[in-house]
Order: sequence, then structure tokens, then C-alpha cells
Amino acid sequence: MSVQHHPTDPRDPVGADRTAPPDAGRGPVDVNSLPRGPVDSDVDLRVDGRAQRAHDPVVLGAIAVGGAIGAAARYLVGLGWPTPPGGFPMSTLVINVVGCGLIGILMVVVTDVLPRTRLLRPLLGTGVLGGFTTFSTYAVDIQRLVIGGNAGIALLYLAGTVVGALLAVRATVSATRALITWRTR
Amino acid sequence: MTRLLLVIAGGLIGAPLRYIADRAVQARHDSLFPWGTFSVNVVGSLILGFLVGASSALPHNLQLVVGTGFCGALTTYSTFSYETIRLYEDRARFLAVANVTASIVAGLGSVFLGAAVSQAIWS
Repeated sequence: MSVQHHPTDPRDPVGADRTAPPDAGRGPVDVNSLPRGPVDSDVDLRVDGRAQRAHDPVVLGAIAVGGAIGAAARYLVGLGWPTPPGGFPMSTLVINVVGCGLIGILMVVVTDVLPRTRLLRPLLGTGVLGGFTTFSTYAVDIQRLVIGGNAGIALLYLAGTVVGALLAVRATVSATRALITWRTR
Repeated sequence: MTRLLLVIAGGLIGAPLRYIADRAVQARHDSLFPWGTFSVNVVGSLILGFLVGASSALPHNLQLVVGTGFCGALTTYSTFSYETIRLYEDRARFLAVANVTASIVAGLGSVFLGAAVSQAIWS
């Protein structure tokens, strides 16, 4: 594993990191000036590079266990809170928005507080939250509503999930960063 | 209980496959656009659309393993949203908007395509 700076290598995590301040690592740490970590919370080769072996069985196992837990939880929520035919799929919306809020908290904690933990992000982020939230059911929910003649509900659900999910990530990322800055002051 | 185990079995496979596929896609391009997550979401939507289109012809247990478990865990809303916010924060605002638009258009298109294919087969 090389940590040297190779600006010509586009995949080099240091070379690709345009957000790192020149004096990173010196003086008091301002959490808001730190590089913000990966764009892709599952795996981001720009940041994770080759530090993580491609198919590390322990990492894959953690993702599998997490994914099973997340999928089971989503199934159980759906069983307890079913959507009537033609109705607004509120349980799927809540599952996706809650999962997005939680990934915001997790990613700030993993990048800013516990950068050395190896399995937290694969288990909870890629696994549990990735398995809990779902894009395919979201898309199928919209298709069913459109086909059933409920285009208005479909549009409301389509937009409501996107807006709710993005606001949830934005809010929890900001709140968690603010909390960390306040705690480390 | 059996039904829950079927969902668990699908999730056990879907989530690590998302990681492997995401990684493989990222290794083949250098753009900031999250093609890996985009791809798994589109493919998962295609498979689920196919299943839903054939829901009367296929056993319910298969829907639980492949649909609820596997496709649900293969696709992700949390990573999709997190990436969008991160792109926006990194001032890649066009890519953030493009990610949302392209994922929804392609995801929906895949569902309709998958459903049309399975209906053509089983009707």
C-alpha cells in the first residue's frame, strides 16, 4: 500500500483529495475543514483505494450479515404496516427516509470520529442500512400506482421520498458534525 | 418464520453483491458520478419489475427471496442519497442533480421494461 503522492494517478486517494487543507494534521483540528471522506458510502475507490482488499472475506461477511438484518427489518416493517392497493406507500417512504437519516450519522462518525474501525461501515452502512433501504421497491411502488391510475399519488410519493431522504441526510450530517465540533472544543 | 428466512437469505446475497458490483464498476471509470450505485439500482429495479410483472405466474416464496430479499438489499436508497448530498457539498451540483434525475428515470424505465418482458412471456 502506497501513501505517497502521485498526482498523475487519478485513483490516488491523496492526489484526488481536493478538499484537504494544506496544513492538515497540524494544529487544532477543525472538523469542518477535514476531508469529508467518500462520496459513495458503500465503497469509494478514490478514498478507500486499495487499502481494503477487493474481496476481503471478513468485510464481505459483515456486509452479508448486515444486509440480512436490514432486509429482515424492512420485511417486518412492511408486514406490520401494509400499504393498501392504490394507497400511498408510507411504510416504504419511512423506511427509506429513516435509513437515509441514519447513514448521515454513521458516515460522519466513521470518517471523523472512528476512522480506524474496519468493519463498522461495511456492517452498518453497506449492510444494515443498504439492506434496509431499497430503490427497487420504491421504483415498483411508483409503477404500480401509475398503472393503477393513481398518477397523482405516484408523483407525490416519488417527490416526497427524494426530498425527505435528501433532507434527512443533510440534517443528520450537519447535526452530527456540529455535535462533534462542540464536543471536541 | 419461513418467509422471514427467505427474505434473510436474499439479503445475505444481495448486499455483498452490491458491494462487489459497485467496486467493479468504479474500477472501470474515474468520473465523480456514482456509476456503481446507479448500476445496482437500475439492475435491481429491472429484476424486481420482471418479478412483479409475473407475480401471478411465479410462487410467492420466489418473490420473497429474489424480490424482497435480494433486490431490496442489492438496491439502496441510503447510499444513493448520501452520494447525492456529498456531490452537492463537493460543489459537483450538476452531478448531484443528474444523479437523482438519472437514477429515477432509469430505475422507473427498468421496472416498466422488466414488467413488460415478463408479461410478454407469461400472457
